[in-house]
Amino acid sequence: MKRVQFEHSAIPYLFIAPQIIIISIFFLWPSAQAIYQSFLLEDAFGLSSQFVWFKNYTDTIFSNAWLQAAGFTLIFSSLVTFLSLALALLLAVKANEVIHGASTYKTLLMWAYAIAPPVAGLMGNLMFNPIIGDLYNFMNLFGFDFDHKLDPVDAGFVVVLISVWKQVSINFIFFLAGLQGIPKSVQEAAKMDCNSSTRRFWTITFPLLAPTTFFLMVINITYAFFETFGIIDTTTQGAPGGATNTLVYKVYQDGFRGADIGGSSAQSVVLMILVLALTVIQFRYIEKKVHY
Amino acid sequence: MRTLTLLTAGIATFATGAWAQTEIQFWHAMGGRLGEVVEEVAEKYNASQSDYVLVPTYKGGYEDTMTAGIAAFRASQQPHLIQIFDAGAATIINAPGATIPVADLLEQYEGGFDASDYIEGVRNFYADSEGKMIGMPFNSSTPLLYYNKEILAEAGIDAPPSTWEEFEAMAPAIKEAGYQALAQSHSPWIFSENFHSRHNLQLATGNNGFDSTDVEILYNNDAMKQHWTKVKEWLDAGYYGFYGRGWGDNQDAFVQKKVAMWLGSSGSFGGLKASTDFEFGTTYLPYWEAIIDEPKATFIGGAALFAMAGKSDEENAATADFLNYLASPEVQYFWHRETGYVPITNAAYELAKSDGYYESTPDAEIGVLQLNQPAGEWTKGYRLGFYVQIREVMYNAYEDIFSGTATVDEAFATMEEEANALLDRFNATVN
Repeated sequence: MKRVQFEHSAIPYLFIAPQIIIISIFFLWPSAQAIYQSFLLEDAFGLSSQFVWFKNYTDTIFSNAWLQAAGFTLIFSSLVTFLSLALALLLAVKANEVIHGASTYKTLLMWAYAIAPPVAGLMGNLMFNPIIGDLYNFMNLFGFDFDHKLDPVDAGFVVVLISVWKQVSINFIFFLAGLQGIPKSVQEAAKMDCNSSTRRFWTITFPLLAPTTFFLMVINITYAFFETFGIIDTTTQGAPGGATNTLVYKVYQDGFRGADIGGSSAQSVVLMILVLALTVIQFRYIEKKVHY
Repeated sequence: MRTLTLLTAGIATFATGAWAQTEIQFWHAMGGRLGEVVEEVAEKYNASQSDYVLVPTYKGGYEDTMTAGIAAFRASQQPHLIQIFDAGAATIINAPGATIPVADLLEQYEGGFDASDYIEGVRNFYADSEGKMIGMPFNSSTPLLYYNKEILAEAGIDAPPSTWEEFEAMAPAIKEAGYQALAQSHSPWIFSENFHSRHNLQLATGNNGFDSTDVEILYNNDAMKQHWTKVKEWLDAGYYGFYGRGWGDNQDAFVQKKVAMWLGSSGSFGGLKASTDFEFGTTYLPYWEAIIDEPKATFIGGAALFAMAGKSDEENAATADFLNYLASPEVQYFWHRETGYVPITNAAYELAKSDGYYESTPDAEIGVLQLNQPAGEWTKGYRLGFYVQIREVMYNAYEDIFSGTATVDEAFATMEEEANALLDRFNATVN
């Protein structure tokens, strides 16, 4: 029997080559290195090296500091993801209804998108400076006794606030685009059937926005896990008492400041597995509820 | 950067004609004004001779510089000279083969090296247990008490405290005048490491870590716990201001006249002179009379220069030549005057004295005088691995004490346990 086959051409491979090369250089190769290093105990300069099986894992993962960081990362990521999505959705719905000066509103809300996390962190740091910080003084104006330098909850509040503020605008852009993509006919039909705008939102608009929401959730969780590094580094650096240390920041602290390459590799491998698992869960279970 | 330096070297070769100059790559962590002074030293050195070219490169903070050096060494791209800070000393000194001891280098290429040329307080910190200098102290500072003369006068106090007992007695008057009495910028360095030196207390087994890497931390002792119980009391009473971990945040509190006194580095002197609009003075680091009658010397902070291994004979000769130049009295005096760091050799100190520098600026001498105070058994420093992480553990413990998350006893027990786990781990990496 003659097999019917299209003629192979090298062109598709050429098209995907740049992506494959980038992934290999910036993901596969470093990941392989991290896995390899995580089984070795080496002095910082790499002059002596021994294979230690899982010692790096047990030494670091079972330490109080790592468990504390894991706990904070979980709370922090959930709060940042939820709050930045919820706020952005609220703002997008409201901005979508604005008729006069709509573009001004939208531009102002998108403004913060251009700011890099470390810059957002520096700005926040200045606003919460105990000597000249306006927000710091504002919080204390109402007798809060706000002290993010010593109070773990206050410090958590500061990093969550800055992280959410920085992320709201990108979520806003996507939500707004999603809202504008909902057909007018559907909205008008809903209006005839139901008078309550809240109910219309939850039964019609929100389900139709689900693909956008799901996409943003994946993006935001990654943001909260990794990109907030710049914010932590320029504000609390994990203080007070390690209460605002995230897993990725701890990898940096141990590896890049403390020269413990084996220990920080082990931590980054665990972090990679955690995020992979989280992504699988998202696509497996949550995406099923999304209708495109 | 590499192409740039190659280019510089290329141009330098052209400019000087037929003979090639050997380049000395120098990675440092001196930003701001300090970085400018490093550049000035390099210009002076390059103008002083024509065989070698010193190329300083700023690599970020102390930790960044160390990490950059480690990464470069692993890729066989290491610089000739690198600046490594006190907490990183154990990492580089316990990696024999990564560096050439400066004592050996100067012995071999400059025809001799005498450790006793160096002032007492800086001689041992970067030396091995036999006293052989591995790194050359570069920017050496020591903790001092800075006080705002105007605030003290306002509170009716004529002299700054020399002991913590005196401090406790005067703190209420300062609070009455509307200020916090004290802030400080580096609790592991000032309230832990130098606390032990000042009171002549051992801080780790194995001769403070100089003799072995198989050691345990001794911070969980009564003197420390008593001190931190007091500091917490001062914080609660409003005598002590905590402005976070950052060095600058606490220094700002002093500059902005929130606090009357600030514990900082002798190296902060120049910066404070430029940023304050009030009269301030410097004095010795206070001590507890209840613990020791006569306080001992503090030891140095700051950083040292290490000559990295794996370079040719010619390059090593160049590095040695520069180190020799750097240790010369004139260069040291210049460095001391411009930065506030202490001069590292006796000759440089004598030069500063004979030049009348301390008559016009007596406060600049306090650091040297404090380092030259009587030495005790435990004043030469410490050598502890993964100390960057241990300092993190210490910061966490102190914040827990301040916030009331842990009692003093609990915090020190946790600190001891976590620090010892790190020391064990470090010991495993080098053996």
